[in-house]
Amino acid sequence: MSLKLYMHYISINIRSVMQYKTSFLFTAIGQFLISFQVFLGIFFMFQRFSNVKGFTYSEVLLCFSIMLLEFSIAEMYARGFDQFSGMVRQGTFDRILVRPQNEILQVLGSKFELTRIGRMLQAIIMFIYGISKSEINWTVSKIFTVFFMLIGGTALFTGLFLIYAALCFFTLEGLEFMNVFTDGAKEYGKYPIGIYGKRMLQFTTFVIPYALVQYYPLLYLLGRKTNIFYVFLPLLATLFLIPCYLLWKWGVYRYQSSGS
Amino acid sequence: MQKYLSFFRLRFSMGVQYRTAAFAGVITQFAWGAMGILVYWAFYEVDSNAFPMTFSAVVSYIWMQQAFLAFFTVWMMENEIFDSIMNGNISYELCRPIHIYDMWFSRTIANRLSSAILRCFPILVVASFLPKPFGLQPPTSLIHFILFLLTLLLGLAVTVSFCILIYSLTFFTISPAGLKILFTSIVEFFSGAIIPLPFFPEKIQKIMELLPFASMQNVALRIYSADMTNRQMFSAIALQIFWLITLISCGKKLCSIAEKKVSIQGG
Repeated sequence: MSLKLYMHYISINIRSVMQYKTSFLFTAIGQFLISFQVFLGIFFMFQRFSNVKGFTYSEVLLCFSIMLLEFSIAEMYARGFDQFSGMVRQGTFDRILVRPQNEILQVLGSKFELTRIGRMLQAIIMFIYGISKSEINWTVSKIFTVFFMLIGGTALFTGLFLIYAALCFFTLEGLEFMNVFTDGAKEYGKYPIGIYGKRMLQFTTFVIPYALVQYYPLLYLLGRKTNIFYVFLPLLATLFLIPCYLLWKWGVYRYQSSGS
Repeated sequence: MQKYLSFFRLRFSMGVQYRTAAFAGVITQFAWGAMGILVYWAFYEVDSNAFPMTFSAVVSYIWMQQAFLAFFTVWMMENEIFDSIMNGNISYELCRPIHIYDMWFSRTIANRLSSAILRCFPILVVASFLPKPFGLQPPTSLIHFILFLLTLLLGLAVTVSFCILIYSLTFFTISPAGLKILFTSIVEFFSGAIIPLPFFPEKIQKIMELLPFASMQNVALRIYSADMTNRQMFSAIALQIFWLITLISCGKKLCSIAEKKVSIQGG
């Protein structure tokens, strides 16, 4: 039922975007280029340097491509939260609350970024390229690791988008510094977190668990760690969704309408 | 001239009102800058000989880039202008006895200047107190500092005149989303926002330095830490002036074509 409703929301969004066809095309190309230049940045850095703290070009590429795919999947459906500050300020969230449907579903449905298809496409191409370039002996457990990384990473980014929206209940403004944790993580997560030093690694293990979906399973993939425990670490990151959801619920609970 | 100056003043004093937003921006930019520097540090520790700039020049480049982000980021375009084209409010502006190009120019400059002035000082102060390899170094000499200020303003003007090209193109496509993101991605890459231009292979770098995008942030940020020789500096400044004149005259031309053909949207 709710899936059908969500699909209906999406089809409305797609039809409205398609009213400006040239713009849609340019946006999709632009989205493609924006993440492509991040790749070019890595490419040109490795033209000059052979490795970064022991990670070679193909290893960084694998890391970057998995991170990008996780982010793109989460962004595709969860970026509706991005516009949420506007909803709270203009009072359109009231309309959502009076409808007999889940409010998260409605917020998500309010904005489905079809144009992110460019970035998605880029992420998939990058992912295939990254996998094929990597010199990994694939085993069943490693395939599962990649799969779990995608699940855990998508959940993590979804949680961050949810926090971003939930904070709007308290501040009424979108908080710009949250970008550090979403776009910033995508941007700087292209390199294995280990290169940023020990303290950054601790922060990303215990506070916001990027390292659980990126650094540790990557070490397993590259054969530097063999403990089977590393395969399941990314799944642990999905627990991050719980505090995010509670924050959102609390925000809804104490929400006071601000529109006119 | 008087009226554009008052546009400038109006926008400027509006811009400095947003102090909380500026504070959030400062924190964000500080985090971005710090992460960026850590990446270069990791590369530097692996192979310092392969570095095309000195490490302190890279550090200054990144801190200055973050401090003056509002000058050079192309994606910070004026949504009000786009909205006015999309919903038809632009017709009011067209009725007034002003040149739309000059008005856009003065308000965009004012917005960027006010936003940068609020944000740059906290970043500059904190960055210069950071421990040795990660801190912002003082400029190499007084001459370099003066040239830095000059090229900073020239770079701002080039960036703004490029943005206005996009505003006026919106008259033809109506929805700005596509144009905006397309040009943003091109500009970011070629202006040295992703990685500084010296990090590119030499041949590519030579071509990139001739493009208008290199006249935006590249020149000022590299002059500050004396990354350019005297000859390179003067040809870079000459190029900045050349591109500024070219972009402004293209923009004015495009604006006048658009004004003749414009169809007003909305009811």
